[in-house]
Amino acid sequence: MHAAPLVALVGNPNAGKSALFNALTGARQKVGNYPGVTVERHSGRMVLDDGRPIELVDLPGAYSLDPSSPDERVTRDVVTGRGGFERLPDALVVVVDAANLDNHLRFTLQLIALGVPVIVALNMIDLAERDGLVLDPAVLERELGVPVVSTVAVRRRGLDELRAKLSPLLGGHPVPAVDRVEENIVVLQRRARTIAAAATVSETPARRWAHWLDAVALHPVVGPLLLVAILFVMFQAVFSWAATPADMIDVAFGGLEGWVRETAPDGFWRSLVTDGLIAGVGAVIVFLPQILILFLFILVLEASGYMVRAAFLMDRLMATVGLSGRAFIPLLSSFACAVPGIMATRTIEDEKDRLTTILIAPLMTCSARWPVYTLIIGAMIPNIQVLPFVRLQGLVMFGLLVMGVAGAYVAALLLRRTVTKGASSGFMMEMPKYQWPRWQDIGIGLWTRAMIFLKRAGTIIAATTVVLWLLLSFPKPPPGSNISPVDYSIAGRIGNGIETVVAPIGFNRDIALALLPAMAAREVAVSAIGTVYAIDDAEGESGTRAISDRLRGRWSLPTALAFLMWFVFAPQCISTIAVTRRETNGWKWPAFMVGYLFVAAYVMAGATYWLAVAVGL
Amino acid sequence: MWRVMVPDRLDTLPRHRRALIAAIDWTRLADPEARRLRELGFDEGVGVEVLHRASIGGGPIACRIGRMTVALRRAVAASIHVAPLAG
Ligand SMILES: Nc1nc2c(ncn2[C@@H]2O[C@H](COP(=O)(O)OP(=O)(O)O)[C@@H](O)[C@H]2O)c(=O)[nH]1
Ligand SMILES: [Mg+2]
Repeated sequence: MHAAPLVALVGNPNAGKSALFNALTGARQKVGNYPGVTVERHSGRMVLDDGRPIELVDLPGAYSLDPSSPDERVTRDVVTGRGGFERLPDALVVVVDAANLDNHLRFTLQLIALGVPVIVALNMIDLAERDGLVLDPAVLERELGVPVVSTVAVRRRGLDELRAKLSPLLGGHPVPAVDRVEENIVVLQRRARTIAAAATVSETPARRWAHWLDAVALHPVVGPLLLVAILFVMFQAVFSWAATPADMIDVAFGGLEGWVRETAPDGFWRSLVTDGLIAGVGAVIVFLPQILILFLFILVLEASGYMVRAAFLMDRLMATVGLSGRAFIPLLSSFACAVPGIMATRTIEDEKDRLTTILIAPLMTCSARWPVYTLIIGAMIPNIQVLPFVRLQGLVMFGLLVMGVAGAYVAALLLRRTVTKGASSGFMMEMPKYQWPRWQDIGIGLWTRAMIFLKRAGTIIAATTVVLWLLLSFPKPPPGSNISPVDYSIAGRIGNGIETVVAPIGFNRDIALALLPAMAAREVAVSAIGTVYAIDDAEGESGTRAISDRLRGRWSLPTALAFLMWFVFAPQCISTIAVTRRETNGWKWPAFMVGYLFVAAYVMAGATYWLAVAVGL
Repeated sequence: MWRVMVPDRLDTLPRHRRALIAAIDWTRLADPEARRLRELGFDEGVGVEVLHRASIGGGPIACRIGRMTVALRRAVAASIHVAPLAG
């Protein structure tokens, strides 16, 4: 006997399942507007009025019991008690969008036919009313033969009634799933329409202002310009808004380091903590503000309903490489981080299409690259004004971003003609209603992102930094010898080995040393370079500023440019490789991804180096 | 005077001209496309209206069906035959 009855939230994408889930459980979950934002299992606890606890799961959105994407399959299997994802739920809360009954009731009818107890949450009743639609829940209840409760998930309205009506459904004896379900969608659809019409008391044509908004956002000329403007503001904001908080974090870590230096006795441990841990982790945490600003934009674009409009505008362009506008959404998320981006590809129905998107997602300039780009550009590229409002450093940064996108474009083009060949997939999407993003949801989303980032900095990045520091510190050269401590260390010897491979593309030993730990995460390259120089030159001060000074002395401009180009392509991120393995069920595709990206990185970095040398930079 | 009734197709329907779906040529559609179309409520006798076209040359269109706005490619829209409503 299981401790608590299992209740599943089911419904079409964007019906408000996740919002209702959050309202009922108080659990934290990202709430987005993109159909199928729910791509992982989310479960939480809620308590009925009689004190009975219930386990609630938020299932991925689906249109029918006939799955066409991996997340729809999960939903089908759970509600029919198949697949072993989950025990058969004791009851289903079917969430429907009140303004979209025609469509959502079809799936509801299928679910009711399964035989598991069902309660319908007639959600978004506020938006329906806003748009002049009046419904009669009593008629619905009669026609469907199951309890119906009007809810506004985001305002927590109707929750008490929902809990009260859910309670008697949980009788304690699990119901076996019925295998015979009406398969013919058209028949179901007609019944759904009849019921929806019967339940509609009055109706006025849909909202004018939303049409007006779309007339601008989807306009053939104005729409794309608006999208470019939004993206421009987004990237601009990432760099300008983040400057002040980033400086504050830098100062705080500097202070911490100074304090440890003063209080702890000189020696192995102090050096490990200051040069290794604080410098390494600090160099990465400085980028938290930028990452949060980027995610803020992405979350707002999703929650407002604009993201799908952007996909609509991008479809034409994506089609030229055999993808669809749908792929634009995961790719845009990949600018923040490829991991959530790759997970978001689960809503792409076409397998080849999805695979291609996964394979090119790491080429988007994820936030882990910024520490690397910022450091190298800041140190090596003069910040001269090249055009009004445009400085050279910013231009190079933008160039790298464009390079990633162009690389992805070419890669998609080639992949779709070779390894992921297939008929071009279609583009068919429901456009969610516009609405103001709810700041609580955005806040929760940002908080989740910040925690993931800090955890990464505190674990993977801290660990690799410390290990590198140890490998760089031992063995110590014999006293009196004039070999540098780095050359004599284990890491130095490994670095010299790697150097022979990367020397042809202009990389020096320090870079070779930084590349290895940066396999764990790109940002580590920054702290790794810092550690190499801190150990090599023990008297000097440390910190980002000091790293820049040392870089200027030791790197040529062609080397720096080649290094930047390397990072545009190189798949240096364990988390991305791991998530690709998980999402493609095996090592084949992650291995392919790592292989093709390393080859691209090597070739492009080499080409950059030799071109730069040739033009005399 | 008489003229041949050439049913319009959704991809050529003028913007904001209300119409009913007369027939859908399912054979022209790939299976997943056909199913998605049904799932989104496209069916004979249902009202549609083209709201937006993404670009002059061949981008997707956005149309209203029921109270929903749905984006679809022109090739798919071309297999949906419609009968414009008067007025
Ligand atoms: N106005 C309003 N918005 C809602 C309601 N329920 C959900 N939403 C919003 O609708 C969007 C989609 O909801 P979500 O829970 O992600 O849908 P899911 O795909 O079914 O999980 C989000 O932006 C929610 O904030 C509601 O009752 N009223
Ligand atoms: Mg959801």
